[in-house]
Amino acid sequence: MDFFLQLALNGVVVGSIYALVALGFVIIYKSSGVLNFAQGEFLLLGAYVFWALVEGRAPWPYAVALTVLFSILLGLAMERLILRPMIGEPIISVIMVTLGLSSMLRAIVLGAWGTDTRPYPALFASEPVFLGPLPVSRGYLFSMFVAALLLASFTLFFRYSRVGIAMRATAFSQEVAQSMGISVRRIFAVSWSIAAVVSALGGILLGELRGGADGSLAILGLKTLPVVILGGLDSIQGAIVGGLIVGVLENLAGGYLDPIMGGGVKEVAPFAVLVLILMIKPYGLFGKVKIERV
Amino acid sequence: MRSGDFRTSYEADMAVFDTAFARWLLAALVVVLLAFPLVGTSYWLDVFNRVGIAVIAALGLNILTGFTGQISLGNAAFLAVGAYTTAWLAGKGVPFIVAMYLSGLVSALVGMVFGIPSLRLKGLYLAIATLAAHFIVAFTVVHWESVTGGVNGISIEPARIGSLTFDNDQKLYYVILGAAIFHVWFAKNLFRTRMGKAFIAVRDHDISAEVMGVDVFKHKLYAFAVSSFFVGVAGSLLAYQARIISPENFPLGVAIDQLGMIIIGGLGSVLGSILGAAFITLLPEILRIVTGALAGRLPELVQLFAALKLGVFGLTIVLFLIFEPDGMAARWHRIKAYWKLYPFSY
Repeated sequence: MDFFLQLALNGVVVGSIYALVALGFVIIYKSSGVLNFAQGEFLLLGAYVFWALVEGRAPWPYAVALTVLFSILLGLAMERLILRPMIGEPIISVIMVTLGLSSMLRAIVLGAWGTDTRPYPALFASEPVFLGPLPVSRGYLFSMFVAALLLASFTLFFRYSRVGIAMRATAFSQEVAQSMGISVRRIFAVSWSIAAVVSALGGILLGELRGGADGSLAILGLKTLPVVILGGLDSIQGAIVGGLIVGVLENLAGGYLDPIMGGGVKEVAPFAVLVLILMIKPYGLFGKVKIERV
Repeated sequence: MRSGDFRTSYEADMAVFDTAFARWLLAALVVVLLAFPLVGTSYWLDVFNRVGIAVIAALGLNILTGFTGQISLGNAAFLAVGAYTTAWLAGKGVPFIVAMYLSGLVSALVGMVFGIPSLRLKGLYLAIATLAAHFIVAFTVVHWESVTGGVNGISIEPARIGSLTFDNDQKLYYVILGAAIFHVWFAKNLFRTRMGKAFIAVRDHDISAEVMGVDVFKHKLYAFAVSSFFVGVAGSLLAYQARIISPENFPLGVAIDQLGMIIIGGLGSVLGSILGAAFITLLPEILRIVTGALAGRLPELVQLFAALKLGVFGLTIVLFLIFEPDGMAARWHRIKAYWKLYPFSY
């Protein structure tokens, strides 16, 4: 039982970070209909920029703030330079341009920082806190707390703030939003910035959990695909619920099936589930039922 | 100067070669390609072998994505299926050509299984489903050790026809060139048949295709089968060329490279598949020459080579998509049209 709870708890922690990255996917998809395959590279770049800033002796709150600023600029630049010329192009072109983008961003990280793991400074004391009988590391608790806080504030942002409402209006219908005086271009730019920021923060949290930044962080971008499909590509609460479910699921599958199957189940289990969801309920748990069936 | 390019019958419109000049040009190209091993070094022969394999794989992907409109990110997986089937069959002593086409068939079967979601999904969702196929096949390859050799990989005896053993780049060159020419010919003609035209109809508008009497689902599955068959054959040749294959030969990057080939070459174009495959395969080689030449002045370039390769690849794709979304094939046709009327181009 303890083993089960431990796995589930790890799953919730990782899942909350997945939810954060998935939020980035959903925001971009919801407003502009683009699935950003470079999300994982936003995360990677954010994690490395944070590391470089901390290494450059910036106190970590400043480093976080500067990383956020960098991500905002990155998102704006990507939207303006690369995605805007793609408006109206077929899906394959849009998918491919984000894949090309991901190669470029990975190349930047590779060129600037190489392939070695860059260790993060330990921010928390190493002795665990006890939640009932379960030992939990402080870093895990902190990550979960921050992720929950961010998810809650973004949910509120979309529900009540002016920009958030404008974003939802744009997602509903671009023409109507435009005729109500909303600048659709600005909304696209804002969504790319938000996506870059949440990914970078997710990257920092993951780096903190794993003790450092390395190239394997980029794969997270693809691993969040099952999350957004499960939750529904255009649903924010779907991203949150999906993130938690996938996080728990992959940890349980890894914990129980790895000894039988010989490792690697954790990586493949979400994708097996993804295929099932696509066959049974392709619009996900909370997604809008508007997918064109063939 | 091309002349005599006007059509008076449907036969002429359907012809593969529109002028005798085009036929002679192609014949000349084949002769040059056949003579290449007499002058080429082993290194460049290896590069050209990789181009040939890439041409077959890119053609396969283009049949599915460019001609039928089904986006696939699972090509590395189908390539792996072809390569591992060949490795297994060759281990059992199955002769070369038979092993190659059996690998194609097995790959086609796997492709059809993963094509089933295309019954219900399209566009983005299908791309994600094929991505899942990639991860599932990759997992299977690593864990089915009795067949695939797991992470350590598996080695393959060189290809053999009768007493001929294709054990070096020069001999393999002719095999791969022959296979590439055959598959180009096959693909070119596929789109002159009913099935090929049905593929294009499904791409252009699935509901209209259905109304016109094309069984959409059946043809989507066929497209997955034909496409994976090509890719499986490419995988088989890859196995014979590499001689040792392991899961590291088939990362997701391979599927992305191949999508890049057909995007840069031109979606829905046989010529585009060839140009794109050649371009993407030669890009790192050209880059290697350039960095080699600049190494004296900028020695740090050599260390940055891996990053540079990745970055140039991404940048090329992005630039092509923004400035030439129809690819090199479209540009080629435009240049041809320009010269046809030169110097009175208007």
